[in-house]
Amino acid sequence: MSKIREAFANGKAFIPFITCGDPDLAMTKACVLKMAEAGADLIELGIPFSDPVAEGPVIQDANERALRGGVTTDRIFDLVRELRTEISIPLVFMTYANVVFSYGTERFMNTCKEVGIDGVILPDLPYEEKEEFQQPARAAGVDLISLIAPTSEHRIAMIAKEAEGFLYIVSSLGVTGTRSEITTDLSSIVAVVRANTDIPCAVGFGISTPEQAAKMAAVSDGAIVGSAIIRLIEENGSYAPERLYKYVKTMKEAVAACN
Amino acid sequence: METKKGRFGIHGGQYIPETLMNAVIELEEAYNKWKDDPEFKWELSVLFNEYAGRPSRLYYAEKMTRDLGGAKIYLKREDLNHTGAHKINNVLGQALLAKKMGKTRLIAETGAGQHGVATATAAALMGMECVVFMGEEDTKRQALNVYRMRLLGAEVIPVTSGTATLKDAVSETMREWTRRISDTHYCLGSVMGPHPFPTIVRDFQAVISAEIKEQILEKEGRLPDAVLACVGGGSNAIGSFYHFIEDRDVRLIGCEAAGRGVDTYETAATIATGREGIFHGMKSYFCQDEYGQIAPVYSISAGLDYPGIGPEHAWLHDTGRAEYVPVTDEEAVQAFEYLAKTEGIIPAIESAHAVSYAMKLAREMDRDRVIVITISGRGDKDCAAIARYRGEDIHE
Repeated sequence: MSKIREAFANGKAFIPFITCGDPDLAMTKACVLKMAEAGADLIELGIPFSDPVAEGPVIQDANERALRGGVTTDRIFDLVRELRTEISIPLVFMTYANVVFSYGTERFMNTCKEVGIDGVILPDLPYEEKEEFQQPARAAGVDLISLIAPTSEHRIAMIAKEAEGFLYIVSSLGVTGTRSEITTDLSSIVAVVRANTDIPCAVGFGISTPEQAAKMAAVSDGAIVGSAIIRLIEENGSYAPERLYKYVKTMKEAVAACN
Repeated sequence: METKKGRFGIHGGQYIPETLMNAVIELEEAYNKWKDDPEFKWELSVLFNEYAGRPSRLYYAEKMTRDLGGAKIYLKREDLNHTGAHKINNVLGQALLAKKMGKTRLIAETGAGQHGVATATAAALMGMECVVFMGEEDTKRQALNVYRMRLLGAEVIPVTSGTATLKDAVSETMREWTRRISDTHYCLGSVMGPHPFPTIVRDFQAVISAEIKEQILEKEGRLPDAVLACVGGGSNAIGSFYHFIEDRDVRLIGCEAAGRGVDTYETAATIATGREGIFHGMKSYFCQDEYGQIAPVYSISAGLDYPGIGPEHAWLHDTGRAEYVPVTDEEAVQAFEYLAKTEGIIPAIESAHAVSYAMKLAREMDRDRVIVITISGRGDKDCAAIARYRGEDIHE
């Protein structure tokens, strides 16, 4: 069984996202350790890409800062090696298809396995194109995580049937970034997912407050938060790890209360 | 030509967020439904002929031919189309298709502004809302085109992310499409992006080679020995090549922007310096670093200033059916000036890349040979930039 399941074993999951290398890898490491300590059930590690088409301005800027700071895929693999000496919660990469393809898909997936990455999320890799990435991922024992969008409609069942790890449900139209309101009818999406797979599903895009996270977790198995975390790192300088500890603790409590 | 659905050899595909998948599927279905529909074809041919001014001329450049002393040179005058470039062919087709699909809003990316102006034009004609995304750098360099688009009723949104140029404008237009899909069609400007765009854009641009074939047979009674066009994303080139792909004796030559040279970082020559990758919805060749980060590219020509190339070109390159050659800024500027002085035709700086290579080629060929150069657009828009390149300061 996929290790990612463990993330959903302690009640509803809270899943933070962080862009590796923003502003530097030492800060990323400190933040990841603090978020794990605060109760994050799974952490998404973003490998920055020069042109992240699914991201809103906050994560776009984080990608740019990280790349300007000289971060590379290899240095992020090294970071994961270091993290794995201290934490055991599931870790997944979130990046773009070209980062993986350019590294050599097989080599990338094998290195993921070697350093202890449990899954990979590629927002520009839809169902129709996943085969080429899924084969090497499967061979390495890494889950290729699929996304479902508010526009997926009749595609939901097809995607859910072949899903691995967990399903990433995109809460609303558009790109990543905080939103004041999420109006998508998520319960009917989740109902179709449940009818087709027993893999857990978490909702992401636009979530920043404990109330929103609780609402999303109530209809699914967990909540994913990205932009709000990037912003906290940006605003709090060297205090960011401590600030994130408090934030993640509050968010985890909010989603856990939904059970 | 597609090898399997949406693929040109290993290139092409649909590498886009799930949010957009139903939109491209809907687009493909609509295109397949309408493309052979007699009414659609008739409406498009009326727009092409009555509005855009097609067919464009195939002009025998006699003075240039004599001066170079080699092959007979014909110029396919896409610069004479309404709005001054080949871009209008694709835009009229897509706008008509969008209208049939019940869309009321067009969004588009633009580099130098030619595709943005063409899209704004079609939107004005067809009574549609129009939003154009343009790199902030480009809005400054092409202020006149920004004004033109606004005059035509479009909203122009400067893009500040990344390098604030064409690739970032494409990314931002894709992002906008994920925000608002139901009433909006993304009118992509080149033979790139996810399937079905490379096929749709190619089909609408293929009118160029269909006309060249008919016109050259009428004038020369034979097919040309070579067809040349400039390549950024590659829409005027694929349009110029398409109906000659099966005619193996016709050399097809795409001229890439080498910028300051293919051995420098300031280049946009994708075939010469790029490698296989996945970006903007497609698998193709891209200028990128060893970790797959897309490279900031450079060319004097804003229209060729793009780090990738359309998937069908990538395949024509792989199979050897077409050749791709780099042409530097300096060579293109010389050709720009040469064509102006020799034939009284000021080509777009993009098209001047093709003129430059054709000049070398023609000299080496016998006089009984025939070559066709597609002049994809007119050069009025470039005069200030070329003057600056030559050290003169001109204010528009």
